[in-house]
Amino acid sequence: MLNQNIQLNKEGHLKHFLSIEGLKRSHLLEILDTAEPFSNVSEQAVKNVPILRGKTIINLFFENSTRTRTTFELAAKRLSADVLNINISTSATSKGESLMDMLHNFESMHCDMFVVRHNQSGAAHFIAEHVSPHVSVVNAGDGCHEHPSQAMLDMFTIRRHKKDFADLKVAIVGDILHSRVARSQIHALTTLGVSEVRVVAPETLIPSDISSFGVHVFHNMREALDGVDVIIMLRLQKERMQGALLPSEGEYYYQYGLTQKKLACAKKDAIVMHPGPINRGVEIASEVADGPQSVILEQVSNGIAIRMAVMAMVLGRSSKFSKAG
Amino acid sequence: MDTNSYLIKNGKVIDPANNIDQNLDILIENGKITQLAENLSSNDEISVVDANGLVVCPGLVDLCHHLREPGKKHKGTIASETHAAVSAGVTSICCPPDTSPIIDNKAVIKLIRVAEQDKSYAHIHLMGALTKGLEGKELSQMNTLKNSGCVGVTNILEPITDTLVMRRAMEYALTQGITVHLYPQDYWLSRDGCAHDGAVSARLGLAGIPESSETIALLRDLELVELTGVKAHFSHISSAKGIEIIRQAKRRGLDITADVTINHLHLTEMDIGYFQSNCHCIPPFRTQRDKDALIAGIMDDTIDVIVSDHQPHDADAKLAPFPETEPGLSSIETYLPLAIKLTEITSMPMSKVLSKLTCEPAAVLGIKRGNLSINSPADICIVDLNSPCSVDKQQLISVGKNTPYHCWEMSSKVKYTFVDGVCVFQD
Repeated sequence: MLNQNIQLNKEGHLKHFLSIEGLKRSHLLEILDTAEPFSNVSEQAVKNVPILRGKTIINLFFENSTRTRTTFELAAKRLSADVLNINISTSATSKGESLMDMLHNFESMHCDMFVVRHNQSGAAHFIAEHVSPHVSVVNAGDGCHEHPSQAMLDMFTIRRHKKDFADLKVAIVGDILHSRVARSQIHALTTLGVSEVRVVAPETLIPSDISSFGVHVFHNMREALDGVDVIIMLRLQKERMQGALLPSEGEYYYQYGLTQKKLACAKKDAIVMHPGPINRGVEIASEVADGPQSVILEQVSNGIAIRMAVMAMVLGRSSKFSKAG
Repeated sequence: MDTNSYLIKNGKVIDPANNIDQNLDILIENGKITQLAENLSSNDEISVVDANGLVVCPGLVDLCHHLREPGKKHKGTIASETHAAVSAGVTSICCPPDTSPIIDNKAVIKLIRVAEQDKSYAHIHLMGALTKGLEGKELSQMNTLKNSGCVGVTNILEPITDTLVMRRAMEYALTQGITVHLYPQDYWLSRDGCAHDGAVSARLGLAGIPESSETIALLRDLELVELTGVKAHFSHISSAKGIEIIRQAKRRGLDITADVTINHLHLTEMDIGYFQSNCHCIPPFRTQRDKDALIAGIMDDTIDVIVSDHQPHDADAKLAPFPETEPGLSSIETYLPLAIKLTEITSMPMSKVLSKLTCEPAAVLGIKRGNLSINSPADICIVDLNSPCSVDKQQLISVGKNTPYHCWEMSSKVKYTFVDGVCVFQD
């Protein structure tokens, strides 16, 4: 009873969106399918739909973010919700207020949803456990744990290019140890049933017992990319680097940086993805990032559709759009 | 019932120290056990306690029970936590030096002795700091600490990274004839960690503490114990490899003792589930394989003592994202029921389990308690082994409600507890 999956309500629908782990294949497909019509909204002359009119969404960002916060904000606005952005790093915690007190304060402003980014693993779960029953929580990245909306926009992007997940080989390259993106992606890919997930990094950036995720570990980039359909490059998170994880950016780029030469090891039609922001010349060469196989900017625009879908779903309004449409 | 004399009738007496396991009566007079025999007769001066169908054992001696007074009374007071202890049959507790201020001088010991007067339900034994302020740099005044009544010295989980300081501390403790309690944990491998380094920490993105954090420190400290000849006790062994190292050291003839916490015998990393902060514990709960090895270590006496490692917390201490919560469990009230559960889920005999909670910890502390010998202080626990109940955290006497055992089914319940012949708890 203590360890139940609090993301789902009694009917098994999304109440919060905290982690990919614990969601079924049908949940993931529902998110992808719900996002499809939303991706057209951004291309309309009037870029919004009245699905969340009258709802209040608070973006609680305890960590800096540009892309994720903006796309969450845009997604909420396109659903006609009222949005408030709060950067906590510069606000209340510096005054010694506890996270709980802050939450209760925002709750009394009658908001309907918190979108939370926090530097500690488990923060989104913690908040979801302690908010009032009518409030939903969407995890926009918690520590090294999960970043589920990023993984879903990546799945959305992959599906647009590759159609069927079952035949795919996917390589995830970089700092797996500290990456919440990688954890969410691995769960999403294995739940959607891809044929193989490979993680590629020096041993210092691979978590213990990674094999329990059902992935294959590679230390050699060329071997890892051999025959893959999708390459996901992770950002080398410099702010998380402590102690003796890597000797230098140069040596890392030499072994694990995605260059045109290394890309040639993958399938001819392989796509190159990156959650951003990219470090050119550290994990990816400019010619690859800007090249024909790169879908990096597509990921960003798909992020809006996925976040619209997730927000509509957790507030129980997703059916309205498909019926109206 | 506060007369001086009691006759405990018809109980099943289990006293591991004296190899007693049979139905006997116990007469208590003037705070001491004066007779232990079948069919003792009573008179009007004596209160009779009917222990028919109950187990009568020595009051438990908890070798590691973190007191929060002085300094952190919002987490528990001497009165609340010793009351919780006697409600669970624990009559002696040993408090490590991490109070605030730290127990590294005579004044703090006096402060605690004054504070406990008329408030403590149980005997409180104190452990002094091994280094000043637990900083791992300078030796504490171990002679003063011993003369003020400290039963041991320890740096608990605060690191002594300088190996020479550790050597000197052991040599000085040897000089003073005081036991050193060592909590093996490598500083560098554990400092950021909050969970076992394994499948669960990988899944949840939590910084891990590998078993090598324990084994490296254990091997270093064992070498220094051998070098210096100090009397040493190893606390809170959590891994299968750690158990094996202790086992080999004992086989080599090294005169050491060791404990595990009751919680590590019942919980694993899996119990963290989705960030259950009540399972945030240092050393961390490890794998099923480690848990099984700890139990095997008790079976073959590699492990001498089971401790509660009681760490009551206020609610706020656990209301944060998992890595930011304070580690530790409020575990004194589930200590005996979980120990008895061991006899149900393994083939371990009751007398063996009870020895790890009574005479063995008393021997480590060098105190004459934890047994039912004639003329011993009458510290006695009377427990009903057939009293099913489920744990309700709101019903805990301890101020700390931070238990992961909420709703667990237990089979036993303490009915009476005597401390120095006084009935301090009755259910």
